Amino acid sequence: MSGIHHGYDLFDEFARVQRQMTSLLGERPSGIRAGRAGTFPALNVGATDDAIEIVAFAPGMAAADFDVSIDKDLLTISGERKPAPRTEGDDIRTYAQERFHGAFRRVVELPRDADPDQVSARYENGCLLIRVGRREASKPRAITIQ
Amino acid sequence: MNTNPTLVERQPSTVHAAAAEAVRRPAITPSVDIVEDARGVTLRADLPGVPRENLDVKVHDTTLTIEAATHIDTPADLRVRHAEVRATRYARSFVLSADLDTSRIDANLRDGVLTLTIPRREETRPRRIDVTVGNA
Repeated sequence: MSGIHHGYDLFDEFARVQRQMTSLLGERPSGIRAGRAGTFPALNVGATDDAIEIVAFAPGMAAADFDVSIDKDLLTISGERKPAPRTEGDDIRTYAQERFHGAFRRVVELPRDADPDQVSARYENGCLLIRVGRREASKPRAITIQ
Repeated sequence: MNTNPTLVERQPSTVHAAAAEAVRRPAITPSVDIVEDARGVTLRADLPGVPRENLDVKVHDTTLTIEAATHIDTPADLRVRHAEVRATRYARSFVLSADLDTSRIDANLRDGVLTLTIPRREETRPRRIDVTVGNA
């Protein structure tokens, strides 16, 4: 603390805390197409030696409501989530409306070895599970020495 | 300000000691829609990834607790590359007012959406009172 500034500036302190929070939360750079946190549906992406596994947390949909497409190395999940059926009447009071409804679109960048011809998707307990196979050539394999 | 007289969210800090252990594990607060009509309260909660056997809906005194665990079939050797959902548990609780009939709660889980219908007690349902003109 220098002599000229007696004590510390509260706003400097806020800015410092904010920078610290940003560095804590954003420690990993996220993909440019990842979107911000809290978008619907939330996505988890994992990989095995054979495939890329994508889980979209999209409850209250039907399998037919999703549109999944692959263009080059971009996998797009889009669709529309309908609002909950409304009960008709004069005496309706809404206390909470947090669940998402409306159109959505999420894009996942696939690794270069993903094979767009080997895609399967299933809808289970409100999660859309998508599996994209990897090309044979990129799988790790042991090389036999002659 | 309290705009919800019949169904109030219970803050995690007030959950009794037995549940405190469970509270310490990270849990997602599920999104809910809550609507009331003349018959009762309907609560819908988003619980993606939860099979029926992993869902626990409890009423203790006036507290309604929803607890659930996800079960998603993924290969054992999966390496996570990007995760927006990190917790595998959902938890949220609400305080029910006395005019709701906790013995007749109906729960239905479908495609990751829980629908709870909590009827009002018969005697507290709004009634129209006919006004008759008396000549006495």
